[in-house]
Amino acid sequence: MPGIRVLVGTRKGGFILTSNARRKEWQVEGPLFAGWEIYHMKGSPLDPNRIYASQTSSWFGQIIQRSDDGGKTWFQPGSVDEEPVVDEISGFPKGESNKFVYDTSDETGRPLTTHQFYDGTQHPWKFLRVWHLEPSLTEPNTVFAGVEDAALFRSTDGGTTWQELAGLRGHKTGPDWSPGAGGMCLHTIVIDPNNAQRMFVAISAAGTFRTEDGGESWTAINQGLHSEYIPDPKAEVGHCVHRVAIHPSNPNVLFMQKHWDVMRSDDGGDSWYEVSGNLPTDFGFPIAVHAHEPETIYVVPITSDSLHYPPEGKLRVYRSRSGGREWEALTEGLPQENCYVNILRDAMAVDTFESCGIYFGTTGGQVYGSTDSGDHWQTIVRDLPPVLSVEVQMLP
Amino acid sequence: MSDSAQAAANPRCAVRLVMPHHLRTLASVDGEILLEVSLPVTTRSVLNALEQRFPMLRGTVRDHVTHQRRPKVRFYANELDLTHQDPDTPLPEAIASGSKPFMIVGAISGG
Repeated sequence: MPGIRVLVGTRKGGFILTSNARRKEWQVEGPLFAGWEIYHMKGSPLDPNRIYASQTSSWFGQIIQRSDDGGKTWFQPGSVDEEPVVDEISGFPKGESNKFVYDTSDETGRPLTTHQFYDGTQHPWKFLRVWHLEPSLTEPNTVFAGVEDAALFRSTDGGTTWQELAGLRGHKTGPDWSPGAGGMCLHTIVIDPNNAQRMFVAISAAGTFRTEDGGESWTAINQGLHSEYIPDPKAEVGHCVHRVAIHPSNPNVLFMQKHWDVMRSDDGGDSWYEVSGNLPTDFGFPIAVHAHEPETIYVVPITSDSLHYPPEGKLRVYRSRSGGREWEALTEGLPQENCYVNILRDAMAVDTFESCGIYFGTTGGQVYGSTDSGDHWQTIVRDLPPVLSVEVQMLP
Repeated sequence: MSDSAQAAANPRCAVRLVMPHHLRTLASVDGEILLEVSLPVTTRSVLNALEQRFPMLRGTVRDHVTHQRRPKVRFYANELDLTHQDPDTPLPEAIASGSKPFMIVGAISGG
């Protein structure tokens, strides 16, 4: 019987929630990597046993973990006893899977320039952590990593070694990028399901970028965004994009939750227009698209950039069945009083069952799920550490 | 080169090392560990020995490339804070002799 795995990254470890197609009873496993921040876990769409995890700590740095048995066991792919990547001089394993070094080589790299810092000074790029891992849709051992300070890395050996796709960091606007409150992070990677060479990434606070050549060169695609918190609200870059989502059937239509504003593009990001419509507030972090209805989208409005909790203490997912502008509140099964949690940008996902499931996690440690496109919700688990990310992996 | 000649050319000693919980978990070890460290015993030679034996710890105590100490990691030895000492300065004799452990400590942070 087909099943589902919901991968939950939290401030204090990872959790795996497993169920069958009915999605009524859930098995909760965890915490994995207890005590570490698990910024993101994501399963391969090509191999239901393959899961990647970004394990990070402000004390001890970045660790990449991989499971090849559906999360039962984990290993650091660069430190496997059987196949270590060995240093030619010392003969010792190199622990390469945790090594993210900006590419400044003459052949493929870009000079390590500076970017704007909080105080307005220029600051050299410095690697801090992996925010997002995106397995390839076509190559089983290829996976992309979005990192802070903002850059895109790729591994073609299952996370054993990582190479920067330096064209993005080397974009002519790079020196104008600046960190948001959460750091200067590349947090969103969207791969065109019909064309592996075409990808979209989003950076806080630079904006959205598109490549048509597998990451070698990039175009800033922020025309139409309007951000009052930057000196030129319509600048080419500087926008705090929180999340971008597409539907596989039409990868030219992009949906965006920005710092403020819910936006839409019908031309692959070349231009954007606002579809916030009747939302009670258009501030928020995640945005997701229904698995089978390309014009059905979901957001979770948050009061404001100063008040990171739902308006009126009511946790409401908003759904638009018209691709934006007209929104309806989904509340059944969600707390409608005294709820002051946040839902972070990577903490919402959909499944692909016939009756589409939606899942999201909160900073209060709840994970909610709906098996009917959001009409009704159930609490799958509560009282976890603050949830950083939620992803779905379908099981055959 | 014979084993004894090699040992003479590359003298080593056993250093006791204490790591924080999260690094022990990553390395799959319990409690204090014993490391064979090249002489002279310095912070650098201890960390080299640690990373050679436990490659999964590369990057966790110091940067992969620059070998700069991670900001929230501290080094204690013989009741001294040696965090800011030059990594090539010989450590106290008590560390080289094994009578005291070299300690890698996660900086206190809480509220």
